[in-house]
This record gives sequence, C-alpha cells and structure tokens, in this order.
Amino acid sequence: MALEKITRVAGRAVNVPGNDIDTDRIIPARYLKCVTFDGLGEFLFYDVRKNADGSDKPHPLNDARFKGASILLSGANFGCGSSREHAPQALQKFGIRAVIAEGFAEIFYGNSVTLGMPCVAASREVIAAIAAAVEADPGTVVTIDVANQRVSFAGRVADVSVRESARDALINGRWDPIGELVDGASDAAAVASKLRYMTA
Amino acid sequence: MARTLFEKVWSAHTVRTLASGQTQLLVGTHLIHEVTSPQAFGMMRDLGLKVAMPHRTFATVDHIVPTDQVSEPYADPLADAMIKELRKSCAESGITFFDRSTGKQGIVHIVGPEQGITQPGTTIACGDSHTSTHGAFGAIAFGIGTTQIRDVLATQTMALGKLKVRRIEVNGRLRPGVYAKDVILHIIFTLGVNGGTGYAYEYAGDVFERFSMEERMTVCNMSIEGGARAGYVNPDETTFAYLKGRPYSPKGAQWEAAVAEWRATASDPGCAYDDIVRMDAAEIAPTVTWGINPGQGIPITASIPDPAKARGDERASIEEALAYMKLSPGAPIKGTKIDVAFLGSCTNGRLSDFQEVARFLKGRRVAPGVKAIAVPGSQGVGLLCAELGIDKVFRDAGFEWRNAGCSMCLAMNPDKLVGDQLCASSSNRNFKGRQGSPTGRTILMSPVMVAAAAVTGSVSDARDVFGVSAN
Repeated sequence: MALEKITRVAGRAVNVPGNDIDTDRIIPARYLKCVTFDGLGEFLFYDVRKNADGSDKPHPLNDARFKGASILLSGANFGCGSSREHAPQALQKFGIRAVIAEGFAEIFYGNSVTLGMPCVAASREVIAAIAAAVEADPGTVVTIDVANQRVSFAGRVADVSVRESARDALINGRWDPIGELVDGASDAAAVASKLRYMTA
Repeated sequence: MARTLFEKVWSAHTVRTLASGQTQLLVGTHLIHEVTSPQAFGMMRDLGLKVAMPHRTFATVDHIVPTDQVSEPYADPLADAMIKELRKSCAESGITFFDRSTGKQGIVHIVGPEQGITQPGTTIACGDSHTSTHGAFGAIAFGIGTTQIRDVLATQTMALGKLKVRRIEVNGRLRPGVYAKDVILHIIFTLGVNGGTGYAYEYAGDVFERFSMEERMTVCNMSIEGGARAGYVNPDETTFAYLKGRPYSPKGAQWEAAVAEWRATASDPGCAYDDIVRMDAAEIAPTVTWGINPGQGIPITASIPDPAKARGDERASIEEALAYMKLSPGAPIKGTKIDVAFLGSCTNGRLSDFQEVARFLKGRRVAPGVKAIAVPGSQGVGLLCAELGIDKVFRDAGFEWRNAGCSMCLAMNPDKLVGDQLCASSSNRNFKGRQGSPTGRTILMSPVMVAAAAVTGSVSDARDVFGVSAN
C-alpha cells in the first residue's frame, strides 16, 4: 500500500483559539452514530458553530474570509478527552490537512498522524503571529515544512516541532502502519505463544 | 536491573521496532463496543483483512444502549443499526459478544474486570479513552482510535511510542467522607489536565494499598482526564482476591502459576521513574468541579474562582468556564441549585458505589424538581444490587433505577440533559455539551456527593447532609 509522502502542507489557515479544546467540542457525541466516517465534516465543532435551529453562530469556521482554509490553528492541549477518531476524521472531512497548536492530547495526536494529518507544535508567539497574518490577510498561504520542522507565512519562517516518530512516518509515507504490522504477524504470534494468558 | 511494571509489561509484549521508531506492541486483550468499532470492520473488509485472534477479542454494547428500553428495535434507528452491525461482525469473526441477552452486558470497563478478562501483566486496548480503568489490575491499558482498532483486529498488534512513567504516591489516611473520586479529581487539579501527556501514571502509596479494586478502578479510569494515556496500580493480594473464581480467571494449577507471574510483574523496589510526585491524603477534601474540564475542581468548602484574581491564560479560562456554567466568581460552590443527579458510568457505576450511597440514602427523598437517575454499570452490577435490595433503596428515595449502560455520562442514548440543566454527576467529564445538551452543565463529584445533591436539591457537603464522621 503506497502512501503519500507528507513532507509539506501548504494552504490558508483559520484560527480557532482556546486551550483544552476537547473532542466532544470538536464533534459532539450525538454525531458519533455512524457506521462509516463519511459526512462527518458537516458536524465539526457543531455546537459552537450552529444554533439549535441549524443557523450559524459567529465562529471562525463560519467566517466567509476563512472558507477553504486547510490549516487549523489552536491553543494548548488540543484534542483532549475521548479517543474518538471521529474528531480528526471530522477535521479531515471538513478539509483540514494539518493542525498547528501549542500542544496536543496524546490519543488525538496518534489518531491524526495515522490519518496522515500532521499535528505540529508551535510556540504561542508563533501561533499568534500566524493568526495575526491570517487575520490581516486571509489569503496568506501558510506552509508547514514537516521534514524540516519549519513553518513559513507572510515572509516569515519559524521553528515548529513534530514528534520524531510522526515526522518519520509522515515524510516517508508510512503514517498508516497496517502494512508493516501485517508483515510482523509471525513475530507477533511468537511473542503471544510465550504469554500464558494468550495461549490458555 | 530493577524495573517498573510498565517496563516489564512493555518488553514482554514488544514484537519489534518499526521503521518510524515506534514499537509494534502485542495487544493481549482487545475490547470492542458499538460506537468506535463497527467502522473498523468496514476498513478490514476494504483491505481484505480478517480478525487475527478472535479468542482475544471481547465485545459488548454500552455507549448507545437505551437504559429504559430492553426490546429491539430501539427507538433510535441509528443506534439500532450500530448495534446490529457489531453483532453481525462479531458473529462472522467468532468474537465473544456480551450482548444484553447474556446477562453479562455492561460498560466495557466494568465487564472486563467482572468477567476476570482484565488481568495483571497484560496489555489491553479498546476504542475508548477510559480503557485506563483496567490498569487497576496492573495491566497496561489504553484507549485507541478506530484505525488502530482495525490494526489490532487484523494483527493483534499496534504501533505505539513508549510512555514515560510517573509514580504518584498518596500517603497517609483519607478523611471520612473522602472517596477515590476525590483522590483522582485532586490529582488532576494538582498536575493539570495535560500534566500527564507522554506518561503512564503509577498510583501507589498507603491510600492505594488500602483501596479496594473498585476504588483503584475509579482512579485509573480518569488518568486520561489528567492527560495520561494509561494509569496503573501494582498488583497485590487485593488484586488476586478479586480475580479468584471469576469466569475468565485461571483455574486449578494455572491459578497458582498465574499469581506467581502476576506478583513478579509489580514494579521492583528501587526501580527508576521518570518522575515521582507525593501527595498527602489528609489534604484531600470532597472535591467538585466548577468549570468545563475535569481539572477545574475545588474542595466543596471553597469558593468559585474569581478571574479578576487570576492572570493571562488562566483568567481567560476561568471567564469562559464561568460564562458557560453560569456561576458567579467568588461565590461558594455549595448551595448551587441542581436539576439532575446522575449516578453511574465507568468511573462510578460499580457495586460499591451504589452500596455506599444506599447506606446514606435509606429513608431519604430526592428533592422536589430534581430528576435523579441511577444506572448500574453492568447487568452483573444491577443483579447484585437487586439481590442486596439496593435498587429498592434508590427507587424508594425517588431515583429512577435503570438498565446497564454509559447513559448520561456522554448521552449518546436517550438519557440527556435538556437546555442548560445543571447535573450533579458521578461521571468523568464536564466538557461543554458533554451530557447531551449543547448548553447543559455538569459538576463532577463522588457518588455520595451526588446523593447529597439529589436529596438537598443543591451542591452540598455530603459530610453535613449525611452526618459523616470518623467511621
């Protein structure tokens, strides 16, 4: 299974500020009732984007200026809470290709990378600078250089960080590990055969 | 060399190192449920993959099952479709399914231990972040996403980076009226909601040594609320006594051999940790949350934080939380009027939770205007409560006594808050909209504190309401 080598992500950005944005907020539990992930983009950030009657609330993702943005900016501990893959799936189905935040919750991070969606950590100052550039000109193209852990925007370049295992997996096109895991099947069986509870 | 339990279990389950540097880790026990797993079977079909070890995979239904309706089809057609999809996939693959008809159904994190499937020294994965619960037995247990569920179904392994280990010791004695729930809320408040990122938590010290398995599960359950993907307690005699004689526990000569192995799995004296934190049990009070994440907690005797006294980020967080919660800065949290009381969930839906509450609830009544629901975490818990007459105590007090499921913890079933109702809840998350209404409000607390709120109609100090003194 040949996967895309994700060495860079470039696009317009949208800032969804705040710390500890949890996966219930990214996609409320009532929209998890699905047997496939298709169509989840519609419910992204639903309760903060929509009123009870389905009309729009003021929210960056509803702002026409940021329509079509593919890079999401946010604060610390993004994606905390539930392990629901519906959260990164909803982001991806909405059109988001990468997230730049001050930090990420563990499970969300792993789920996102497995979908080929880089999670990039940046300092608060860098995120504020990107957000300011985007606010001043929503057409600003933000380019994440995954391989070299840099972000460039509006003539500026700043350092960002991607976990080494994620960076390796993304740039070498092995972010979905299934092929490699299947290749290890006989090794796995050998390890299992040594464990009492797995053979009983 | 002295090693931690984490290190021992990790190395016993390491298959190999992957090109990315992550470990291909063998998942000994895979637990699945109806919300995050049906899609994984679809992904498997697309790739032409089959379930590698169906005998190490166990399924149940918990998240979306109605707790007031037993017969199918369920009123919610989507819920009905998801359950049927999982049932079909399990039947096709030969996976044991603890369906409602078996009498063994319940919240996956309650069923695993109850059946003796959860054992020390094992690795456990499940598509639910509260999988850390199983760490109470000295297992390394963590929540995974659906693509990873596919990986585990297809290969019984997954790609994972190794975690660091932080030992959290709570020494001394808890004061009367302080419970396991208060201990974990206190830990999360102290270390922060993302303080555990990159760590597994090893819970230890006097308090954990004395804790029952159910109390240990309550603490391990909320590890993820502190950012830690896994949390565990070293196995000891309490663990072995709990497991003895359970349906999936080793039997006969196997039992003795297993116990010897389990004993050896515990962290060695003198092993090195990446971090150690020590807390004094006597400093922990009955704790309640006031905000929109589980780290925003205070002792019941304290006042709601005032953003004017905080700086920068913290000020903004407090302002956002108080605006959502409709609470006043500086006011006491005690006396806040509630609309709903919810007792249940994988955090506090076990026999001892209902037993402890029943001690105090006898002869009391739920306050007028409060909707109070009690939801046993499993059919097994429900049955034991019925045998002991506990369900009757709840019903007599005015609680609705329901069938097993996750219920109003995440409100994927019909149990939901309405409008901006405020719920005193024994569950694990107080996120915005968590309990099913986009404006619904949650205050997390121990089961006995939920009962105190239910009978008084407002957030109360259970020690005063029930006259708890040194027991």
